[in-house]
Order: sequence, then C-alpha cells, then structure tokens
Amino acid sequence: MGVPGEREDGRVIPITAAPSYAEPEPLAKALAFLRRRITGDYEVDEFGYDPELTDKVVLELIRPIYHRWFRVEPLEVKNVPEEGGALIVANHSGTLPLDALMLQVAMHDEAGRALRLLGADLVYQLPVLSHVARKTGHTLACREDADRLLRKGEIVGVFPEGFKGVGKPFSERYKLQRFGRGGFVASAIRAGVPIVPTAIVGAEEIYPKIGDLKFLARTLGLPYLPITPFFPLLGPLGLVPLPSKWLIEFGEPIRTDEYDDAAADDPMLVFNLTDHVREAIQQLLNELRLRRGHAFPPFL
Amino acid sequence: MTHTVLVTGVSRHIGARVASVLAADPDITRVIGVDTVPPPSLTREGGISLGGTEFVRVDLRSPDIAQVIAAADIDTVVHMSLVSAPSRSGGRAAMKEHNIIGTMQLLGACQRSATVRRVVVRSTTAVYGSSPRDPAVFTEDLEPHVGGPVHGYAKDAAEVEGYVRGFARRRPDVTVSLLRFTNFMGPGVDSPLTRYFTQPVLPTVFGFDPRLQFIHEDDAVEVLRRMATEDHPGTFNVAGAGVLLLSQCARRAGRPSMPLFSPAFRALGNAVRRLGLVEYSPEQVRLMSYGRVVDTSRLEAALGWRPKFSTGAAFDEFLRSRGLRPFGGSR
Repeated sequence: MGVPGEREDGRVIPITAAPSYAEPEPLAKALAFLRRRITGDYEVDEFGYDPELTDKVVLELIRPIYHRWFRVEPLEVKNVPEEGGALIVANHSGTLPLDALMLQVAMHDEAGRALRLLGADLVYQLPVLSHVARKTGHTLACREDADRLLRKGEIVGVFPEGFKGVGKPFSERYKLQRFGRGGFVASAIRAGVPIVPTAIVGAEEIYPKIGDLKFLARTLGLPYLPITPFFPLLGPLGLVPLPSKWLIEFGEPIRTDEYDDAAADDPMLVFNLTDHVREAIQQLLNELRLRRGHAFPPFL
Repeated sequence: MTHTVLVTGVSRHIGARVASVLAADPDITRVIGVDTVPPPSLTREGGISLGGTEFVRVDLRSPDIAQVIAAADIDTVVHMSLVSAPSRSGGRAAMKEHNIIGTMQLLGACQRSATVRRVVVRSTTAVYGSSPRDPAVFTEDLEPHVGGPVHGYAKDAAEVEGYVRGFARRRPDVTVSLLRFTNFMGPGVDSPLTRYFTQPVLPTVFGFDPRLQFIHEDDAVEVLRRMATEDHPGTFNVAGAGVLLLSQCARRAGRPSMPLFSPAFRALGNAVRRLGLVEYSPEQVRLMSYGRVVDTSRLEAALGWRPKFSTGAAFDEFLRSRGLRPFGGSR
C-alpha cells in the first residue's frame, strides 16, 4: 500500500459490490416466481409465448437431455444474428420431433434468442401439445404468422421437410426430403431478413424407423406410426431415445434484403432461392456427419 | 356544424353510455336513442343515465325506424343494437330476427335518407371464428379459414357485416365504419363472459389454454364517440393491448379451474344453458379451446389514439369491481 488513497478515496463503490447485494437468495427467487405464477402476474405475447415458463420450467426439463443424453454441440453460433429478425431453416428427422426441442435450447442458451418455430396444424388441434407449443413460443405454419413474427424482429424457425422429413425411414437418413412450396423463402424476402441454413446431426439415430404401421396410423389420423428396433417391442421403454451424439451447425446467413417486395411473388426466384438453401443445408449435413464420425461414440 | 345522432340499442349498458357521452358533446345538437325496450334509467330501475338523449321506443324490425330518421334529419347513425345471447323469453329465433331484420330495416332507412352522412356499426371479433387452422393474430382483411362462423351471434354478426358492406357499396357518399369489438370488460359489463368469471369454479377445456383479449368499457365508449364524430371509413378491430391466457385470468380471479374433456365441457355447457345459468354456445366452446387475438394497429393509426386500458388492466378493473382477487393476496 504505497500511495493509499488519492484515487482510491474518490472511487464510488457500487452498492451491488456488497456481498449481500449480489444475487437474491435462490429461495427468495423461487418464492417470487411461485407468487407470480399463482397470482397470474406474468406476461405472454400475442402468440401466447410465456418466456418465464419456457426458461424456468420447460427448458429446465429439457436441458439435462440436451447436455447429458445427446451431448449437443452447437457450432458457428455467431451466424445467428444477435438482434433483429432471421429465418432458421433446418433439416427435420428423428421420428419424434426432439430436434425442435434441442434447437430451441441451443438458440435460447447459446445464442440468447427465443426460437419461434412454425408447426403443422396437427399440433394445434391436439390438447396439451397445442398449448405447450404456444406457451413455448411456437405457432402455426402460415404466411400471416411468419410475416408477423419476422416483422417484429423475432427468430423464426422452420423445418420445410415437415412430416416427410421427421417420419422418413432410417435407410434415408441425412437425405433432405423435398422442401414444401418455398413459402418460408417468400416470407423472408418480404421481411428482408437473412436465412440461416442449419444442419442438425444426431437426431436421425434416436428412433431408427425401420417400419411403418400405415393402416393403424391412418385410423388414428396420424401421419405415420413408426416401428423401431425397440418400439413397439419393448412397449413404453421403446420410447426412450437412443443416446446418439448431436451436432448443430448454423451456416453462413443468406441475405434477402437486396430483393424488392415484388420478388416474393416471383415463383422462379423463390424456387431458386429455396434450392439454394436446400443445397446449403445438405452440404452442411454431409460435412457435419463426417466430422462427428460414430453416432454412438466411443463404441459404435 | 349541427349534428343529429341516432343511437340504437340504448337500453343496454354500452349503448346508454355512448348516447349520454354524445349528448354531452357541444358539437352535437340532438341525440335520439332508440330501442325495443325502455332503458332502465327511465323505468326507475337505475342504470346509466342517458343524459340529454331523447328516447324513442321503436321496434327495429318494423319500418317505423325510417320515419324516425326522416322526421329528425338524422346525419349520423350509431348502430349498437346487436344482441349477443338469446333472451330467456324470445330464444334464438327472436334474437336472429332482431339482429338481422333490425339491421336490414335500419340500413334500408339510411339508404333512402338524404341526410345521413355517417354510419357506425358495432360488430364483433367473433366473426373471425376460432380454429386451430387460423393465424394467431387476425387482421381486418383476413377471411375466416373454415367457411366462417356457423353459430348464433357470430353468424348473425357476419351476416350483418354483409349487409353493411352492401350498404357501403350502394351509398359511397356515406362514411361507413364497421367496428369489430373483442369482449367488453369492466365494472358495468354484464355478458356471458363476465358471468363465467364470477362462477365459483371455472370449467375449462382440458389441454387447451386459449388466448383472450378484452376491451375496457370506457375505451369502447371512447372509440364509438370518436367514430360517431369523425370520418373513419373502413373496418376496424377494437381490443385492449396484450393478451391474457384463460389460466392467467382464472389465477387473477382466484378461482380454481376444472379441466373437462371437450365432450364433457360441451355437455355441461348444454346442461347449464338449459337451466339458463350461463351461456355456452358452440362458438364459446371453440373460443375456450383455441382463443382469438386481433391486431388493432389499423384502429390506432386511424384515430391516432390507443385504448387506455390494456387487456390485463381491463380485466383487473373488472375483478376489482366484483371483489375478486388472486389466491393469497391482493394485487
């Protein structure tokens, strides 16, 4: 302590530096959270997104699966814009759409952005699933909702393969299926937001689909009813996903802001851009699959 | 400029409030209020005073309304006489006749009139329906997805809107404002929805948590006043900012909810409807499953004004007036 004081004396110690000020007690925080939930004193947006419930309850339940079970590694997160709208376009696979949940955790925890997925209308007809989907920020895949979210500067996620992708047989793993009508590209053009091609490797191996109970699926009104090596053989136990190693890579954003509004109504342009996005994702997938190696390291 | 305003539906709460606000406006010389029954304030049952409004008892379904319009040189018509639930005596047929035939008579009279310059019609966001296939937020130019509403009030309102659009086409010189209100909420509002929230236990549809929107009665009156005194042609959604989930409403009201599978919910609804306790129409069941949210930016741009009460604030006002509070404390 050679020259005590001079500058030190004039320094303002912020009150938050006091140890007692650091962070409220976890218990106090939990109680405040409970009080807000019980009295209904929280906000949801017009789509029904409840950020607090999503972060503190739903994602909290998924995080152990993300970190421990699938050991998800997000790559090139810097390609996700820190602010403003963007469209995340990813491949869809795995029989049950767990890839959507893992992508949401990656976006929320690694990129610090809420992911607003556009889902099939089947999701919104089913009890429980429909309101959980809305509360965690997702909505129906339709032009109006996509445009609205992008205009508000949200990150919107789409799986253009839809059921064709998530329900494809194991033998076709990592082969992108046909992309819909390219409506997502038109939405991105109208909003002038970048498209981020995204590849998810690992979801294909969680429930290897080796057969399909088509007749039963049709009677139940489902798009498919899978047979995997363990389902329905082991009953509910067959629903435990296999612990494959996952990688999620966010590709170089594709800009759409140099197109004018009329471009969204130009089918040729939209188709070409859709193809371009599709090729970018397929290429990312191929590279990422090589990079990962075995699906179940270190054994297989 | 002198104004003579005709207000229909003054025997009900919002109608009476709009009439009295317009009667207090110095730019308006005369306000004539019509309805099929006399307003409660005139029959000494209390209720909102009509202020300087002259009340004329007219059955809208009869051509008498044309005489009223012709005799008084009406230049502005505010049509709020849409009944949202069948009355215990008249039933659905009388309600439909009142809504549809009443509107046709009124618009017919306006079409003949040489003095009418402005027509404001109250409609409802129920015309959008609710379904899992619709966008999350309705804008004014969205058509309902699956053929439109097929039941009760929503169907009436959709038909009324059709007649209003027809009128606007035939009389392009008249400013026609069509207002789609979300559910009214506030101390004086008595609707199927406000009665629902005052029940001791709230039946809900299992697995669904609909998004709801409310408009405070004060804001509704203000929107109608502005529409009646300024020119804003077009169709406008009217709702308070933000949304509440049904579960959130129940928690704020401190009422336990009772989730029922939708067939059971429907059966219970029919049972209590027969008892005349609470109104559960099929459209109500759909609203309680899928919810409905509208975009109000068009209204805010046209008026340069936004509702003072958000959806949440309007609901809290309603709860305060009924002495309802959340579990374990006050807000």
